Amino acid sequence: MVLPVRKTRKTDVKAEATEARLAPLTLPEGGSWSQGARKSALERLREMQLPGARDEYWRFTKPGPLLEPQVSALPLEEQDPVFDGVEAARIVFTDGRFDAEASDTDALEGVEIERLATAAGADIHWVRDLYGVLEAKDQARVERPFAALNTAFAADGVVIRVTGRAPRPVHLVYRREAEAADVMLHHIVKVEEGAEMTLLETGTGAARINTVLEVDVAKGATFHHVRSQGREHDRLVNTHVYARVAEEGVFKTFTCALNGRLTRNEVMVDMAGDDAVAHIASACLGDGKGFHDDDTVFVTHGAERGESRQVIKKVLRNAATGVFQGKILVQPGAQKTDGYQISQSLLLDEDAQFLAKPELEIYADDVQCSHGSTSGAIDEEGLFYLRSRGVPHDRAVELLVLAFVAEALDEIDDSDLASRLRDRLDGWLSRRR
Amino acid sequence: MLDIKDLKVKLEEEDKQILKGVDLSVEDGQVAAIMGPNGSGKSTLSYVLSGREGYEVTGGEASLQGQDLLDMDPEERAAAGLFLAFQYPVEIPGVGNQVFLRTALNAQRKARGEEELSATDFLRVVREKAKTLNIDAEMLKRPVNVGFSGGEKKRNEILQMAVLEPKMCILDETDSGLDVDAMKLVSQGVNALRDAGRSFLVITHYQRLLDHIVPDVVHIMADGRIVKSGGPELALEVEKNGYSDILSEVR
Repeated sequence: MVLPVRKTRKTDVKAEATEARLAPLTLPEGGSWSQGARKSALERLREMQLPGARDEYWRFTKPGPLLEPQVSALPLEEQDPVFDGVEAARIVFTDGRFDAEASDTDALEGVEIERLATAAGADIHWVRDLYGVLEAKDQARVERPFAALNTAFAADGVVIRVTGRAPRPVHLVYRREAEAADVMLHHIVKVEEGAEMTLLETGTGAARINTVLEVDVAKGATFHHVRSQGREHDRLVNTHVYARVAEEGVFKTFTCALNGRLTRNEVMVDMAGDDAVAHIASACLGDGKGFHDDDTVFVTHGAERGESRQVIKKVLRNAATGVFQGKILVQPGAQKTDGYQISQSLLLDEDAQFLAKPELEIYADDVQCSHGSTSGAIDEEGLFYLRSRGVPHDRAVELLVLAFVAEALDEIDDSDLASRLRDRLDGWLSRRR
Repeated sequence: MLDIKDLKVKLEEEDKQILKGVDLSVEDGQVAAIMGPNGSGKSTLSYVLSGREGYEVTGGEASLQGQDLLDMDPEERAAAGLFLAFQYPVEIPGVGNQVFLRTALNAQRKARGEEELSATDFLRVVREKAKTLNIDAEMLKRPVNVGFSGGEKKRNEILQMAVLEPKMCILDETDSGLDVDAMKLVSQGVNALRDAGRSFLVITHYQRLLDHIVPDVVHIMADGRIVKSGGPELALEVEKNGYSDILSEVR
């Protein structure tokens, strides 16, 4: 007997999921250029559709919670104070809306800051030339539909143009007042020739947050990015950082993530000019079943003598999952490229898991690329040594955990920021004893 | 100070008896040496006393100033005054020597109900000790034992000993991997710490370390037992004739 088989085509399922996700959304108001950018992002999105569980790029991280049309409530917790003591221009977003009252209004020398919602209605040519542009260009390499979704629908964010050496960092603070907010923020940063700035990000911002940060680093310019992602354990986070680095430009990004039911941080760097530098680092501590942290990185070397580093460290226990997908693409002609990638996990028990997919794709013959990925348990010899000197077991484990992530923290140039993050990790560990 | 009675120990993983009934007492202020051929159980004894995992005590007892050692975690033994100078000090990348030592000292003080030392007070103490021991305090700024030479690692052990001020120090083949000059320096450190209230158990293959750290008593260990005890002259006898004479005499 032959049973009738009902087939639902995969693409139909994805199209349905995409339309379901789009249903509650409306394109934000704005001027002609921004409407155009949003509409073409929406077209891009409809063409590729939101990912399904079977998509190769989402094999280790199931996109389900990011596809839900609505989000569940996430209890409010206190704001992460990690960079409170850092003197910076604070730009506060509360539930995804620029909060003028809570933000600093003092001018920062050499730095122009504008709200995206305002810039979208004005004809600021450098914003127009960047908004959704790096995102769109990258889609040809790997489809990132959630980033296109963001370009289409993000109603707020900041646009920053740096023309000199910024005297203080700009600090984006994501606050929450609503329990079930679903937020998209889109930021643009243009660091002009020879200029330098540091961008900080802290806080959860919403029950579910999708951010895009597009950074254009001009010739000889330097951009530092250091972020500490919230403390609410059940948050859903999907971030995209796009950078285009011109000749002798420097781009450095560091992410500290503590728990999170689903965190996917994607970093895409286009090493467009000769002698460009890009460092991508992250430190993640995950504790408990259902906690999932994914770093997805794609570095494209398109010019000569580029130097890129990826340093990813994850400490996992109690059935937490860590994911790393990292790729170095060296295009034809990108000679003398120096690419380095290391992803390591410290598994504190047998239930935790680390899934890594390191990739190198090289089309130039005179390059130096190395990568490594390891998973290991705590060093019993070191643990005994510490205990034999009187350090209690739990504290000894914490010291070894902090030592493990130190290599990632070392990627941060500003030692004050690094030490604040280290203290934050230390405090988090002690609280979870 | 240290009392070991009929201590029997086997490896947890395999059915192999290493210690077959060790009897040993170290008096207050005494420097005792344990010598013995390879595989006699000397290092196992030091590990079991300091609480390393992987060993199963199948009989006997060990106590420090009347406190049962075998029931305690390694950190509790340390707080009670036990210190093991490792044969191979462990490298711990990413943990600063100074942070490590201050954490250890304060954890011990806390466990004993004493007040913890502030960072400045600690630094003063450490500098002082390093100076007395002729040790470069720069060592404190580096990660624990990482990139240290053999001599530096052993000196770091002695510095830790000086700062933690244990009552019972076990030196596990401290001379291994050291040249003559380094051995002298380490021995001077140990001698500087000799005190009526502090005892030492010096484990070594060779007599030469005992030229520098002169013991009050020498024990010969073979096949998991103490087979002979005597004065410093026993070490000279071993040096001259090897272990075979003593072992055949015992049998």
